[in-house]
Amino acid sequence: MKKDIILCGVGGQGILSIATIIGEAATKNGLYLKQAEVHGMSQRGGDVQSHLRLSTDVIYSDLIPYASADLIISMEPMESLRYLTWLAADGAVVTNNKPFVNIPDYPEHADVQEELAKLPTVVSFDIEQEARDLMSPRSANMVLLGMAAPYIEILAIAQLRTAIETIFSRKGQAVVDANLKAFDAGVAISMRKIKGEV
Amino acid sequence: MKRLLLGDEAIALGAIHAGLSGVYAYPGTPSTEITEFIQADALARERGIHSRWCANEKTAMEAALGMSYAGKRALVCMKHVGMNVCADAFVNSAITGVHGGLVVLAADDPSMHSSQNEQDSRFYAKFAMVPLMEPSNQQEAYDMMAAAFELSEKLHEPVVMRVVTRLAHSRAAVDVVEPTNEKPLDVCAERWVLLPGIARKRYAELIEKQPLMEIEASKSNFNRKETKGSEKSVGIIACGIAYNYVKETLGESGNILKISQYPLPTDLVKQLAAENDEILVVEDGQPVVEEQVRGILGAGYPLKGRLNGDLPRTGELTPDNVAQALGVGKTIAFQPAKHVAARPPQLCQGCGHRDVYTALNQVLATYPDYRIFGDIGCYTLGALPPFKALASCVDMGASITMAKGAADAGLFPSVAVIGDSTFTHSGMTGLLDAVNDKSNITVVISDNLTTGMTGGQDSAGTNKLEAICLGLGVEPEHVRVVVPLPKNMPEITRILKEEIDYPGVSVIIPRRECIQTAARHAREAKKLKEENK
Repeated sequence: MKKDIILCGVGGQGILSIATIIGEAATKNGLYLKQAEVHGMSQRGGDVQSHLRLSTDVIYSDLIPYASADLIISMEPMESLRYLTWLAADGAVVTNNKPFVNIPDYPEHADVQEELAKLPTVVSFDIEQEARDLMSPRSANMVLLGMAAPYIEILAIAQLRTAIETIFSRKGQAVVDANLKAFDAGVAISMRKIKGEV
Repeated sequence: MKRLLLGDEAIALGAIHAGLSGVYAYPGTPSTEITEFIQADALARERGIHSRWCANEKTAMEAALGMSYAGKRALVCMKHVGMNVCADAFVNSAITGVHGGLVVLAADDPSMHSSQNEQDSRFYAKFAMVPLMEPSNQQEAYDMMAAAFELSEKLHEPVVMRVVTRLAHSRAAVDVVEPTNEKPLDVCAERWVLLPGIARKRYAELIEKQPLMEIEASKSNFNRKETKGSEKSVGIIACGIAYNYVKETLGESGNILKISQYPLPTDLVKQLAAENDEILVVEDGQPVVEEQVRGILGAGYPLKGRLNGDLPRTGELTPDNVAQALGVGKTIAFQPAKHVAARPPQLCQGCGHRDVYTALNQVLATYPDYRIFGDIGCYTLGALPPFKALASCVDMGASITMAKGAADAGLFPSVAVIGDSTFTHSGMTGLLDAVNDKSNITVVISDNLTTGMTGGQDSAGTNKLEAICLGLGVEPEHVRVVVPLPKNMPEITRILKEEIDYPGVSVIIPRRECIQTAARHAREAKKLKEENK
C-alpha cells in the first residue's frame, strides 16, 4: 500500500508542521517515507509545497509523479488548485477555504469554489474560524490535518493522534490538548462529509 | 538505529560520524542545513568540531585545506555557485594534494529554485581532475561521507560530493552507525609550495593518479550494473538521484548502470553498450556524462539524453520527464485549473529593506536617469513589484563593482544596494577599487544584522561595517548610518540625496534587524528567562 500526499499553502502557514506529525506517525509505525520540501526564497509569502510519500514498500522517487497523488492537503483554497496535475483520478482534496490574499490578481472566491466543485472529492472548511471557535487560533493546521486524517488511510486516526502527543509533548500538556482538540474537530468535519450529513 | 533526516542532515551526520574535525561554509540554498545541523549536534559540540560560518566560500575552502594539512578531516559546504568563488583554492588543492581527508560538498540547484544558474559541479571535479561522489538517496549521502574521506586520504586528493536540491531538501529514514574518532593532529611533513618547478611535478603526479581514480570508481559499491532484462534493449545510465526516477518508472526491470562515483568508469560504460542496442543517459543537471559517453562510444552508437531532446535540455529531472524518456509517460487526470494566479515570494511586511527601496525610489525619481545595481539576498526581491528598483543582480558583490563601472562610463546617479553579509562576502574589495578610483557612486549597505535569505545565520560583518568602510578609505563624513523605518523617511531621503550629490564614494548603512531573526531572538530570550526562573 502507498499514499502520495501533496501538502501546500503559502510560506509561513505551517504546512511543514503537518508533515512533521505525519512523518512521526509513519516512522513510528514502520512505514517507508520520503518528504521533499521547499526551502529558501519561496518561503517568503510565496507558494510552498511538499511532496510526502508513505508506503509499506521501498520508495524511490522523492517527487510524486503526475496523476498519482491520493491527497492534496492545502492551507489555502487557490493553492490547492495549483497542483491538480499531480492529483490521481480518484484523489481527494482537503483544503482550508479561507483565502490568503497577498497578491493583486487573486481570483474571485466564487471562481476558486467553482473549480474545486468540479473535483470528485473535496473537503473544504474555514479552519481558521474553527480554530478561533475552539479558542486555539494557532492550531488551524491541526484542524486541517484532522480533516485529512480519514483520507490518509495508511495511518489510523489514532496513530496520528499519538504523533501529535509526541511532537507537542515538550511544549506542555495544555498545548498537546489544544492541538488534539483541533485535530478531533477536523476529523469530525470530514466524518460529517463522509456520512453525507453536509 | 534509524533517523529521519534531510539529505543535508544525512551528509552532516555522516561527516560527524566519520570523524570530522571541522566544517567550513558560507550559507547558500540548498546547502545551508549541513552546517546548521553540525552547529546544533550534541556530539559535534562535545567534540568541539569547528562549525562557525566563514566570510565566503574561498576562505572556507582555504581553511579546510589548512585543517587537512594538519592531518584532520575537513568538510567544505556550499551551493553550486560557491564553487566559482572558491575555484582558485579548489583547483589548486588538487595540485597540492591533501593530507587529512578533505571533502568539498557542492549542492547544485537544477531548475534554479533559489539560484541564478544551473551549473553542474561535476564539471568542476573533472576540471580539477579529482574524484566525485553523487548520492542517489539519503542513506547513500550518509554512507558516502565516510567513503569519501577514506578515498581522499587514500589518493591524497580532495573528493567532491555533489547533491541536488531534491536530495538536499528531502527527508527519509537513514540507518546510522557508531561514530568513529577524529584524526589526531598530524601536521604534514611536506611543503605545499606551488612554485612553478614544484607545481609541474605535482601536476604530473595528479595526471598519473587518474587511472587509479577510474579503477576506484569502476569497483566502487556505489556504482553497479543491474541487468534485469534478458534481451538486448535500451541500456540506461542513471546518475545520482536520476536512479530513483528510473526505478520509480521501471520497478525491478531494466538494464541499468547506476553511477554515483566518478571519474566515469569507461569499462562499465563499454560493457553496457555491448549488452544493449542503444543507451539512454539520465542525469540531473547538465549533460556531463552524456558528452563523455559520446566520446567513449563514438558517433555511430545510438545515444539518447538531454542533448538530443529525449530529456529536456534545461531544468531538473522529474519522475514524469524520465518516464516520458523511457516511453511510459502518464496522462494527467485533471487539467491545470484556470483560476490560479502566480504567488511570487515577497519581502516580509515590516522588513527594513522595504523602507530602503521606498526611500531610494522616491529620491532617485527626481533625477533624469539613474540605475540601482542590486546584489544577492532577500533584497533582490526589490526587483519585483511594487518596487521594481533594480537594474541588475549577477553574483555576490557585483552591485558595487557594476555601479563603479557604469559610473566610470558616465552614468549618474549610479547606486549599489548590497546586504551586510554579501558585503563582507565579496563587496569589500570592490569598494576598495571604487575608493582608489574616486568613483562617483553611492553604496547602500542594507544591514539587517544577519544572513537573511538563507534563514538568519550570523553575518561576518556585524558591528564592523563602519570600521571596514573607513579602513578601506571611504571618507568619514560620507559613511552615514540611518534606521530604516517609515517614520524616519524625511531624514533617510535627505541623507540619500546629499550623498548621491556628493561626487565620490559614499556609503549609507540603513541598519535594522531582520524581523524574522528579531522574532527568533525574542523567543529565545523568553525561553531563557523561563528556564532561569
